[in-house]
Amino acid sequence: MERVILHADCNNFYASVECLYNPSLQGKPVAVAGDPEQRHGIVLAKNYLAKARGVQTGNPLWMAKQLCPDIIFVPPHYDKYLRFSKIAREIYSEYTDQVEPFGLDEAWLDVTGSGIMGTGKQIADELRKRIKRELGITISVGVSFNKVFAKLGSDMKKPDATTIITRENFREKVWPLPVSDLLYVGTATTRKLNDFAIRTIGQLAAAPDDWLKHKLGKIGFMLRTFARGKDTSPVSVMGTPPKIKSIGNSTTAPRDLVTDEEVKITMLVLAESVAERMRGFLFRAGTVEISLRDNDLFSYTRQKKLPYPTGNAEDIFKAAFELYKVNHISGKPLRSIGVRTCDLSIEKEVQLSLFPNIAHTQKIDRLETAVDSIRSRFGHFSIQRAVMLTDEKLSSFDPAAEHTIHPISFL
Amino acid sequence: MAKKIYVKVNADFDADGNITPRSVIWEDGHVFEIDRVLSSCRRASLKAGGIGIRYTVRIGKRTTYLYFEDPAWFVEGKEVG
Repeated sequence: MERVILHADCNNFYASVECLYNPSLQGKPVAVAGDPEQRHGIVLAKNYLAKARGVQTGNPLWMAKQLCPDIIFVPPHYDKYLRFSKIAREIYSEYTDQVEPFGLDEAWLDVTGSGIMGTGKQIADELRKRIKRELGITISVGVSFNKVFAKLGSDMKKPDATTIITRENFREKVWPLPVSDLLYVGTATTRKLNDFAIRTIGQLAAAPDDWLKHKLGKIGFMLRTFARGKDTSPVSVMGTPPKIKSIGNSTTAPRDLVTDEEVKITMLVLAESVAERMRGFLFRAGTVEISLRDNDLFSYTRQKKLPYPTGNAEDIFKAAFELYKVNHISGKPLRSIGVRTCDLSIEKEVQLSLFPNIAHTQKIDRLETAVDSIRSRFGHFSIQRAVMLTDEKLSSFDPAAEHTIHPISFL
Repeated sequence: MAKKIYVKVNADFDADGNITPRSVIWEDGHVFEIDRVLSSCRRASLKAGGIGIRYTVRIGKRTTYLYFEDPAWFVEGKEVG
């Protein structure tokens, strides 16, 4: 049976929510902006009026102001975005149990078995109407027979529109589009493909085997499968946790980090957050990875295997800090730091070591679990390491609570 | 553009979690008894700016909207500016 897949994309999500809450912004160019004081001064989202003036997501605020002098910057309200996202998913779930979110503002729905609710187009139109009525924002919906084309469809006509891509019309509708429109064709892949005169999705669909293998490897075949409309990946059932391969947090510090002590505080906050999230899944990590970006915006990552799998912040921090000490020989001030764990296993399956340091690790685990429970009852900042108090400007952020909004990988 | 006016509300919460507003207390202390709740559904208020459960209520001869924004209640005030 032919599948019916919908991809719903909230138009200018952050900006739309802000404009809804502040009706005086209607009809003016608006951008949701990160906090310049915290050096997060970039455009996070913009409305159509700002977009029409050339403002792009990721622009520094001064650039946005140059392009559009009358632009209005508003700060983000993540709690509101989470609330809107949750309600949108509730609405989607009235039509099917196969709802797979992609970030806060996008989701796939498999409505193959939802015939009594109507055809794919009817459901898409109804969703648009309901989201507009109940949330006051608009969505674009793509309807197709696979996830990749459904996503492409939701991008084709905006705002508040339904686009249908069928087996009969995809050659006319999809193939003339630039190859960069395809899911997972980023700037680097686009450049590579363009170098060999592959500019449209249709040309990618016709690319020869050995060339693809030579130039792009395995990923090349996957992209060509997408271009040919042969993606068969399923829309996951709601509530099924995605397969997690790594857990990481990163931050751009409010000022460049110069001393080891400053790096230490920032890394500890990140390690605690990563450990807390890992405990939520009963994970242990075999590998720790750090990413560093210095004040010249040069960035790199380094990783290290741990002697035994661990899940606590202390071990993660120690490994991360050691990686920093060994690798950051340039000594340049750091602008941002990331800590990530991978090579994950479930706690119960960890093989016990004969070495005495395990006993210590277990003690630390119990300690940190106790800290988790205090924090869940009295708030994140109710209990802290003393070192955090030496520089509260650096330590006063809670990545585990604040940064859970990025789309997880499709692959 | 309408003003978003937060108001004090007396409401019944039944054992199933259903909420029925009974009266609205205006800023100046004036109490408006709600004679009937005509309908309730999730709606956005584009006029006042917000989302929530919208109760269509009858107060005397007037029919008006009362929004439960969880945990606060608001009404769409008269046009300003």
